[in-house]
Amino acid sequence: MKLVMVGNGMAGARTLEELIKLAPDLYDITVFGAEPYANYNRILLSPVLAGEQTIGDIMLNGVDWYAEHGIKLRLGSQVTRIERKRRRIELLATGSNPVILPVPGHELPGVITYRDIHDTHTMIEAAATHRDAVVIGGGLLGLEAANGLKLRGMNVTVVHLADWLMERQLDRVAGNLLQKSLEDRGLAFRIKAQTKELIGAPSAENGRVCAVRIVDSDGIEETLPADLVVMAAGIRPNTALAESAGLHCSRGIVVDDTLQTFDPRIYAIGECVNHRGVAYGLVAPLFEMAKVCANHLALHGIGRYTGSVTATKLKVTGIDLFSAGAFTGGPECEEIVLSDPFGGVYKKLVIKDDKLVGGVLYGDTVDGSWYFKLLREGRNVSDIRDRLMFGEANLGDTGHQGQNRAMTMAASDEVCGCNGVCKETIVKAIKDKGLFTLDDVRKHTKASSSCGSCTGLVEQLLMATAGGDYSAAPKMKPVCGCTDYTHQQVRDAIRDQHLLTIPAAMRFLEWRTPNGCATCRPALNYYLISTWPHEAKDDPQSRFINERAHANIQKDGTFSVVPRIWGGETNSSELRRIADVVDKYQIRTVKVTGGQRIDLLGVKKQDLPAVWHDLGMPSGHAYAKALRTVKTCVGSEWCRFGTQDSTQMGKDLERALWRMYAPHKVKLAVSGCPRNCAESGIKDVGVIGVDSGWEIYVAGNGGIKTEVAQFLVRVKTGAEVLEYAGAFLQLYREQGWYLERTVHYVARVGLDHVKKIVVDDAAARRALYERLQFALDGEPDPWHEPDRAGIDRRQYVPLALLPA
Amino acid sequence: MDRWTRICRLDELPVLGARVVERPGAGNVAVFRTATDRVFALRDRCPHEGGPLSQGIVYGERVACPLHNWNIDLKSGCAIAPDEGCVQSIPVRVDAGVVYLGVRADQPAPAILQVGADD
Ligand code: SRM
Ligand SMILES: Cc1cc2nc3c(=O)[nH]c(=O)nc-3n(C[C@H](O)[C@H](O)[C@H](O)COP(=O)(O)OP(=O)(O)OC[C@H]3O[C@@H](n4cnc5c(N)ncnc54)[C@H](O)[C@@H]3O)c2cc1C
Ligand code: SF4
Ligand code: FES
Repeated sequence: MKLVMVGNGMAGARTLEELIKLAPDLYDITVFGAEPYANYNRILLSPVLAGEQTIGDIMLNGVDWYAEHGIKLRLGSQVTRIERKRRRIELLATGSNPVILPVPGHELPGVITYRDIHDTHTMIEAAATHRDAVVIGGGLLGLEAANGLKLRGMNVTVVHLADWLMERQLDRVAGNLLQKSLEDRGLAFRIKAQTKELIGAPSAENGRVCAVRIVDSDGIEETLPADLVVMAAGIRPNTALAESAGLHCSRGIVVDDTLQTFDPRIYAIGECVNHRGVAYGLVAPLFEMAKVCANHLALHGIGRYTGSVTATKLKVTGIDLFSAGAFTGGPECEEIVLSDPFGGVYKKLVIKDDKLVGGVLYGDTVDGSWYFKLLREGRNVSDIRDRLMFGEANLGDTGHQGQNRAMTMAASDEVCGCNGVCKETIVKAIKDKGLFTLDDVRKHTKASSSCGSCTGLVEQLLMATAGGDYSAAPKMKPVCGCTDYTHQQVRDAIRDQHLLTIPAAMRFLEWRTPNGCATCRPALNYYLISTWPHEAKDDPQSRFINERAHANIQKDGTFSVVPRIWGGETNSSELRRIADVVDKYQIRTVKVTGGQRIDLLGVKKQDLPAVWHDLGMPSGHAYAKALRTVKTCVGSEWCRFGTQDSTQMGKDLERALWRMYAPHKVKLAVSGCPRNCAESGIKDVGVIGVDSGWEIYVAGNGGIKTEVAQFLVRVKTGAEVLEYAGAFLQLYREQGWYLERTVHYVARVGLDHVKKIVVDDAAARRALYERLQFALDGEPDPWHEPDRAGIDRRQYVPLALLPA
Repeated sequence: MDRWTRICRLDELPVLGARVVERPGAGNVAVFRTATDRVFALRDRCPHEGGPLSQGIVYGERVACPLHNWNIDLKSGCAIAPDEGCVQSIPVRVDAGVVYLGVRADQPAPAILQVGADD
């Protein structure tokens, strides 16, 4: 099949990259680009103008990339007509054109716009040979142009029509602060001023522009000297070609959610389109479109583009400014404002229905990507509202104990502690490999790909290095590259369609790969067995090795064995058996774990079944996304402060809940009094004995990022503890996404949602607890009932080379 | 290949799974079976940090290493980009439901140890 792409800009080239990933050989591709350059990062023209980068730095795909993928590239060729009858697919990615104000003199030499490499070169030349510049338009582009020209030594005046700078992205306060700091850098402004006329020099200098006549809001006229005039008064989707081909256009080429125009064989993408009434002027939405468009071009036919929320950042070094969403507020909106004009800091967050819907940050933008994430995800922020303004660090969320922020870090500072990746490596990879998204950085550098606590830092580096705000990953993140569906959509389909096997789920959801990957298969397997207990069949080959072998793999390929020690209480006969096993199987290390039990490390895989048998103790599931430990303290039986028998309560909970698989591991603790020696405050479910009964806390976490558990309810009896804790965990089992711990689950749905079901609605609570008991009923102990647990026992027996 | 050595029947390998062939002194071999009953063999040492590939999740014609999730192409033994490195792949033949490896049972060491970016 033939595919012809017109327009070789950022959106088009990105679509080809995505397409080649999905279907490398499907099309015979030809690309026409009006500019004489291959694909470059248009965003970074501003740093080039400012002298911070060179054109070489900003190339994304050179001509050799096209050659390598068999794409015919025709540079410097403007397409003027499309022949719609031919049997081939077209992709229009013609971008937009700068608006040229039709004032007298707009055609004079020295009057330009700011869009491409050519314009940038013209400005650099003009700055070397001329003195005065006027920029018309105080939006993002105009200010970046003005800043660059100033840095190159020109006298620059910005003429702006609206009441303050960047009025589409900033409120008045932030706009005024911005103006002040740009004035401090030597830029001049004429605000609320209209351009009347551009005046040409008497023919001596070839009629080049020499002045701009403006009029202010009081009607007073002024003439500004100008050897260079940059029109940055907005952009207009470039639809000329589409219109001449008879395609429906209205403020852009009109496309549907699959990026098809009114002629289904013609796709359009990028700044030239109008999608659901919106024409975007930033890169992040175009990249989302590219993904969907490529998917349809590759004939997978799934995925829809449903629009984007955008965020803006001004790329003027030294000025920190961030804006996103509905930052002006409005009826039914509340605003939180922090204003320190002397310190040059201003922050405004707009909240509606307990959700962040917009914000402006000026002077301190480190939390921009975090706010933007909250905004995109529509996360309920009522629980963190009082601390929201003070940023992510204040919630204990940036890296390992509030690490210093990305920009102030030295090149050699470590960003990702898990994989030992330093700032320099990340910045270099972003630059050299042209990375744009968090996922790209994870793949290429491994940074943020393990525990994820440095994600915020990596996003900041991306923003600073690649230019725009690419944290605008799709609003909905698919499970993995095998599908476009999200965890929630997959869960819903499995329930609604009564899907019982992984192949059935993959078929129904049109998986792109024949049998998934190591990311999606374990998730699917969990969703199936948790949604349809006793019906769906567990698939051990879709489980991570630990859950397949029922022991934790170690770095040398041996395994560790952690038997269950109910509530952390053991006795002489268990200890004796453990000691005998250690001797018999020559186990190198015996360690008391952080979870109040004993770990035998360095067991050979083939010895596992015999070790379990000789121990005669139940599986501790230390290897599983399942109930791990229930930590306890000695409680009222021994302790002089104990108010309740916490050890017994812990044992009861552990016996009721063990063998319970969950989206992620689950840890409990029971303390006998508020001194809390079992550390109940940082557990998925923490129980604390008080004089009148028990307090139950949920969604704590003591791992990557310490999170204090939240109070759920106070109850009187042990039976109630079992029911409330069980109901909460069953809700999590039914609604949590795979690998989402309770803390993240509750943050996503809100504690109120949990309380409404588990605390306020007795019938719902009982129903949940019954569903949990139904699911656990008859669940085997894998160590002692391997066949019922569906274990492939051949894995413990190595093969040998058999003599012929 | 001058000598094929029998290891097991095809149905003794789990579908979308693997088993280990122990070769004391010469390095273990992981033998994989895909969903379409293709069989591949690699040395059981991930090019990253030596993880036992036999314990990974098999999908398509790849395996995800159990230690740090590198994805290895079963045919070539090479890591999927952007990771880099290869493990030695070993010839396999399936004949009448029986799996043979292209290594010699009597003198296995030289046949395996001569090459390999993994050593
Ligand atoms: C053995 C043990 C360390 C020890 O020697 O004490 C341990 C060992 C491991 N932990 Fe842990 N954790 C151990 C207690 C803890 C605790 C303390 C506790 O449970 O009270 C925590 C903090 C509490 C919590 O989880 O909220 C803890 C937080 C983690 C985390 C971070 C989880 C998080 O969501 O933040 C991981 C990583 C993960 O699960 O993704 C982890 C992962 C691991 C893994 C599984 C790493 C891995 O993927 O291979 C280690 C397996 C070693 C093995 O094969 O046995 N381990 N780990 C502890 C076993 C407890 C037990 O008896 O089962
Ligand atoms: C200076 C500057 C700074 C910017 N800063 C940011 C920023 O910080 N963040 C952000 O998100 N966005 C920024 N943008 C916007 C961003 O660059 C655009 O949104 C993006 O490049 C649009 O991609 P596109 O492929 O739709 O259009 P383009 O990248 O403009 O590509 C369209 C291409 O099609 C070619 N073409 C048009 N018609 C034809 C034809 N008939 N035949 C052949 N070729 C044709 C054009 O020559 C052009 O090369 C900035 C833009 C500029 C100019
Ligand atoms: S046991 Fe836990 S804290 Fe220790 S190295 Fe392993 S994962 Fe890290
Ligand atoms: S050892 Fe295989 S990924 Fe690290």
